[in-house]
Amino acid sequence: MTAAFGSRRVVVTGIGVVAPGGVGTKQFWQMLTDGRTATRAITSFDASRFRSRIAAEIDFDAVACGLSQRQIRKWDRTTQFAVVATREALEDSGILGESVPERTGVMVGTACGATTSLDREYAIVSDEGSTWLVDESHASPYLYDYYVPSSMAAEVAWLADAQGPVGIVSTGCTSGIDVLGHAMDQILDGSADVMVAGASDASISPITVACFDAIKATSARNDDPTTASRPFDATRDGFVLGEGAAMFVLEEAEHARRRGARVYAELAGSANRCNAYSMTGLRPDGLEMADAISAAMVRARLDPADVDYVNAHGSATKQNDRHETGAFKRSLGHHAYRVPISSIKSMIGHSLGAICALEAAACVLAVEHSVVPPTANLHNPDPECDLDYVPNIARELPVNTVVSVASGFGGFQSALVVTKPGWRA
Amino acid sequence: MGAFTITELVDTLRESAGEDEDITLDGDILTVTFEDLGYDSLALLNTVSRIERELGVRLPDGAITEANTPAELLDAVNNTLAETV
Amino acid sequence: MSVSPAHHANRTEADLRVAPVITGLGVLAANGIGVEEYWAAVLSGESGLAEITRFDPAGYSAKLAGQVDADFSALPNRLMPQTDHMTRLALLAAAEAFEDADVDPHQLPEYAAGVITGASAGGFEFGQRELEALWSKGGEYVSAYQSFAWFYPVNSGQISIRHALRGASGTVVAEQAGGLDALGKARRNIRTGTDLMVAGAVDGSLCPWGWLCQIRSGRLTDATDPAAAFLPFDRRAAGHVPGEGGALLIMEHPEHVARRGVDPVHEVHGVLAGHSATFDPAPGSDAPSGLRRAIEQALRDAGISPREVDVVFADGAGVPHLDAAEATAIAEVFGPRGVPVTVPKTMTGRLLAGGGPLDVATALLSIRDGVIPPTVNIERPAGHPIDLVRDTPRETPLTTALVLARGHGGFNSAVVVRRAA
Repeated sequence: MTAAFGSRRVVVTGIGVVAPGGVGTKQFWQMLTDGRTATRAITSFDASRFRSRIAAEIDFDAVACGLSQRQIRKWDRTTQFAVVATREALEDSGILGESVPERTGVMVGTACGATTSLDREYAIVSDEGSTWLVDESHASPYLYDYYVPSSMAAEVAWLADAQGPVGIVSTGCTSGIDVLGHAMDQILDGSADVMVAGASDASISPITVACFDAIKATSARNDDPTTASRPFDATRDGFVLGEGAAMFVLEEAEHARRRGARVYAELAGSANRCNAYSMTGLRPDGLEMADAISAAMVRARLDPADVDYVNAHGSATKQNDRHETGAFKRSLGHHAYRVPISSIKSMIGHSLGAICALEAAACVLAVEHSVVPPTANLHNPDPECDLDYVPNIARELPVNTVVSVASGFGGFQSALVVTKPGWRA
Repeated sequence: MGAFTITELVDTLRESAGEDEDITLDGDILTVTFEDLGYDSLALLNTVSRIERELGVRLPDGAITEANTPAELLDAVNNTLAETV
Repeated sequence: MSVSPAHHANRTEADLRVAPVITGLGVLAANGIGVEEYWAAVLSGESGLAEITRFDPAGYSAKLAGQVDADFSALPNRLMPQTDHMTRLALLAAAEAFEDADVDPHQLPEYAAGVITGASAGGFEFGQRELEALWSKGGEYVSAYQSFAWFYPVNSGQISIRHALRGASGTVVAEQAGGLDALGKARRNIRTGTDLMVAGAVDGSLCPWGWLCQIRSGRLTDATDPAAAFLPFDRRAAGHVPGEGGALLIMEHPEHVARRGVDPVHEVHGVLAGHSATFDPAPGSDAPSGLRRAIEQALRDAGISPREVDVVFADGAGVPHLDAAEATAIAEVFGPRGVPVTVPKTMTGRLLAGGGPLDVATALLSIRDGVIPPTVNIERPAGHPIDLVRDTPRETPLTTALVLARGHGGFNSAVVVRRAA
């Protein structure tokens, strides 16, 4: 057997990014390789009463990004991000007009869907929680689109002229990997030849900030927001909420070759596991994440020694950073001590369901440019996180095989393998 | 304000996080670990935030992770109460 | 490198085409809790639609629902403060399905079992309570459980913990079509290395906030007579009645079924033979709906011709133009009145993601007992070229059923289930 599903392979031919620090793939990569951070005090609402008052927000100018007033009024910010990222990816790949709509699908990952709009609309129809205004005319005409997040996948599908399989994959903070794995499977088993896939989240809103306050998962370093996200550093105190989207055009390799598309990278394998342990907690041994990494590598037919770079989950909670360090040692053996590992959450925060898609974009760009982005704000390494976490400065090196991992609420543990085109036999 | 008691703590635990059917909270549980009582860190976070609201106090962030038993949590709550008075 | 036993590497080309066997069912709907109670109600044409009692529906344009009030005393008390109503229902369905399949997942090898659920809006009632706490009292009143109790994959997460499922798992959303897509995704997991999957959806959000959102879809009927409210393929069709509930299925690799000593032909409910998902062209396009293509692709995937299909469980939107489009797609594939069509959800309401899997469970029971359940309350058929099974069950030998589901926005999904052979 050559691959999980016969001889088909999946390549990336287009990338679109909306991220803190800049809209567009170029700005995103520049920022990551400069080691700059985009975390700051929350400006989108008055956060003064919350424990954590910092986030990695996007200065998103929807009009400048080409959205109409009607689209801005109608779409939740998450959908706006997804659409803008999709446009860039479609243009980048030149796929429009070169794919068959019935053989083209869309899969979008999200953890929170239209939570920001639902939060706002709830405040309106409840008069800020004081009384319930039963009269339906108080409610937005777009309320149902916010209620079921598949409305976002529909908007992307119309844009991409997709009439194949379309939907949302939602697995909390692993959504961005799981959606790419699902899209990949659909190309491999012949359900589609082209998949427009990625993830979007824009839930920096009072209810989201409040629910992470309640479990003390977010950083309270309110006096120093730009260095607040400190993965693998002994002084870390939780993650910094972020927002963003990354979308990709994925194609069956032969389809891309026939139309002469530029190929960035190959999606070589992915796997997902559950810890069946806790909705929020992680078992310290990292067993399930290690198995997800191993399974993704087996699927890619690669060995641990092949891995040139690991894009860590690195959420900057003590629990995660240690769990993950254990998982790397368990799955990669001695190679774990040699391979560079970094967390871009140190710069762009943790955008929940979207972050793994943004991280996948960073992995594809690392392969493209032979540069590994750093872990910013890493000055006092946690002695229990004793691997090479590429502190503060990007590193040039040949990058042929990358593993990206994620860990999420619900107990989900996921891994994705990205390789340089033509690298894998 | 009187001290926060084990009875009040057990009531709050039951309300905020439920109760494991196989474990009784009625005996002397002061020095039994929360883990053995069937409560994880999230259950304690939910319980402590209710205690904080009802008593109008705020426990230091480390207090929850450091309290492994009801006795230790009661100490933390009552020390904070004493400081606020 | 440590690699768990259930792995892609061990799978052969044949595995990649294997049809999973359905060995267990767990069902909840407004007209019956548990497989047999539900099935008896369906065969006697008993509807569960009624005026909402969970909250006061006065003042809303829509007042009817298929409400499911179950006894949760079998669930651990520790789970109660951290679960939405929908998740509690899902946990009951999962337990029933495992019992029906007679398998204890705790005894399976590591990573050999997983769970894929369809979702729509997550634990919305729980979310409403926390939004109320946030806006009326402040952020410090928001529950520590809010971070996951409302989120879309909450049912998958809680089921995985309760039944020790550590294999590939997740959640998909495609409005009403998402429940069938969950079965399709679970089949992929079985084909690529997971021996057993819990798959399906249990859904619903009967609370004032969820109700307002659903009303804003513009597709809820404002009828007040439960017997004349949800009327797919009827001249009087004017929207649907939402319901709670759904179904979870245990799906297994046939070799796994045989390995644990179960006869994969006689002791199982059937096989998932085909699945396909398509999406409609953009609004305003002249191109036809993707539903017909979903049907044709699902049949091709199952390796069967339209003649081999014995019954179609229709989506039954209850909205005239959507009913017409569905009837046309069915008639184009099967010929005018070429196959019996039924909509038992006239007795349960439309269950968001839960509806498709409930229809699949119903289809398997139909095959088992050789009887097609009725579509109730259809007194004035709209004249579509379909053979709608009305009023009373129709007894006939059945081998193969097609189940259809459409999601708001243009999602189409089709599943073929067959008697195991």
